[in-house]
Amino acid sequence: MALQIIEKSDLAFFVQNLMDHFQLEGVQSKGQSVYGQAFFYGTIRSPAELCLDFDCTVMPPKKYFLPPQEALFRFQTGPSPACFECRPNKPLVIFGIHPYDLKAISQMDRVFAAGTPDPHYLARREATILIGIDPTHVAPRSFWASMEAAVVSSGFDLMMTDLGANYIVETGSEKGKALLGDYAKVRPATSDEVRQRVSQRSHIADMGQKRGLTFPKREIPILLQHSLTSPLWEENATKCLSCGTCNLVCPTCYCFDVWDDMELNLTQGQRLRRWDGCLLSDFARVATGENFRGTRTSRYRHRFYRKGQYLFFGILDDVACVGCGRCAAFCLPDIADPVEVFNRLKEKLN
Amino acid sequence: MKYQPLADISPYLPQWAEISRIQKLTESERLFEMHLADGEPLGHKPGQFIELSLLGIGEAPISISSPPGVENSFELAVRKVGNLTSAMHRLKVGDRVGIRGPFGTHFPVDETQGKDILFVAGGIGLVPLRSFIKFVLEHRRDYGEVTILFGARNPSEQLFLDELEDWRRRDDLRYLESVDRPDPNWTGHVGVITTLFPYIHVDPSKTYCVVVGPPVMYRFVIVEAKAKGIPDTHIFLSLERRMKCGLGKCGHCQINHLYVCQDGPVFRYSDIFDLEEAL
Repeated sequence: MALQIIEKSDLAFFVQNLMDHFQLEGVQSKGQSVYGQAFFYGTIRSPAELCLDFDCTVMPPKKYFLPPQEALFRFQTGPSPACFECRPNKPLVIFGIHPYDLKAISQMDRVFAAGTPDPHYLARREATILIGIDPTHVAPRSFWASMEAAVVSSGFDLMMTDLGANYIVETGSEKGKALLGDYAKVRPATSDEVRQRVSQRSHIADMGQKRGLTFPKREIPILLQHSLTSPLWEENATKCLSCGTCNLVCPTCYCFDVWDDMELNLTQGQRLRRWDGCLLSDFARVATGENFRGTRTSRYRHRFYRKGQYLFFGILDDVACVGCGRCAAFCLPDIADPVEVFNRLKEKLN
Repeated sequence: MKYQPLADISPYLPQWAEISRIQKLTESERLFEMHLADGEPLGHKPGQFIELSLLGIGEAPISISSPPGVENSFELAVRKVGNLTSAMHRLKVGDRVGIRGPFGTHFPVDETQGKDILFVAGGIGLVPLRSFIKFVLEHRRDYGEVTILFGARNPSEQLFLDELEDWRRRDDLRYLESVDRPDPNWTGHVGVITTLFPYIHVDPSKTYCVVVGPPVMYRFVIVEAKAKGIPDTHIFLSLERRMKCGLGKCGHCQINHLYVCQDGPVFRYSDIFDLEEAL
């Protein structure tokens, strides 16, 4: 489908329509925080709440597919124990996802579909429509351009670019096409507007180059191959608080814990999964007390290897870091920044 | 709009198994014999594990201690050590538990046919290894020389006493045992398991060494096995890790790029000897 134009004056109409027909989630501003203006994904209740010129949200949109806590099934105990499956399928539209987060979602899609598919993730994902938006601002710690995530050509249902006077929209799926046809006022883009999109996107890519890797991203797995014994791991890890914030805010961190939650009647309950983090001290501890990553250094290093090497060779064939910079922005001792770590490893290797 | 339904059976949903026999092995270990409630065989191979559920308590990975049998029952030997295993020790015959699996890789039952096998078990490492030992003894003619080394911290921690007695008496295998800390009644060998190695002779050209024990044991036993000339490709071990899903997703059991729940728990030593966090 050819590129379409939504006039800025017609955006509220589109948003209102989506609100009327779906649960609409989008980016909102929380106002100023110690980190600058804070943005978050939440339910849009009026078109004015939707913010499309954000730099980066505090949390990625992963919560929509892998909720912080969700029931895998409900059960009853007692003389006739039984399990009842929970089937998440609430239709959702998420409005305003930057390319790096779209890339992260595409990676998570592959992770959860690999091997034995995870029906919970896939059902939520299938029931969700993604409307991407190209960034207009770069967060101070972002480095998505050097992670080849400045622009994406897939992984969305609709992809919007702010051209100043209007939004130019690319359709990425039948669902996106239907959404546009049913709920938006659009017109085909002129060839001028199409050219404008190209230059706007290259401007975005330039904007994103302000900070980043000093070497090509594809070299990260090989760099790590030679960095296992680097003193950098311990040097940084001595400052690590084992708080797991880097895991929490990461759009490609998806490890989870599974536990049972009983109702007060002690006969009904649910088996839940909730986010876990490999930086937390008990992550690899077994019942006998043995902890297979018992040191902060081993846990700290593990996360970089998982992103840069294990998932690369295992499932993704890509580095599982999209350069959002959230881990860098929110790590209290400021040791989580992948740009700093990878560039310093590269320096030491040369 | 079309939504993809969940797979007919979610991989997180357990099926039911009923306990048919409980046997006290030691003060802290019990053997549970059970069968799937639908009467189907579990369909496991020696060395695999299941995720065991007690609704309201949780789920934990437990190795299967019996070989696949003619009857559809299977055995789990469980040490009382955490929430789930403590609750398990309170179960009675006829109680139902949840089972997912079997998961993971298995011992090299086919590759070792016609070869000599050196089994090395430390403590409750005997529990998973027993599935392979019993399999070999049930198909005794398919295998060459069989040697079993078993080390326990003290005599009271020896498991499966009837079977140990049987192994001591059999003339179609060599069984050597050791304890680290003897009690006054102990008349056998004293020392860590590696001190048994001088007493055995193996033909490295046709011997497989299969090791299961506590994490600390592997390094030392592997040194001894290599000293006997057994190549890395003929050494197998089963690794323990924290596991939550059994599906290669939750991340807990990861050793570098490997998931112990899928790529393990049984590994060929030559595949993991250079992995930083494996041993």
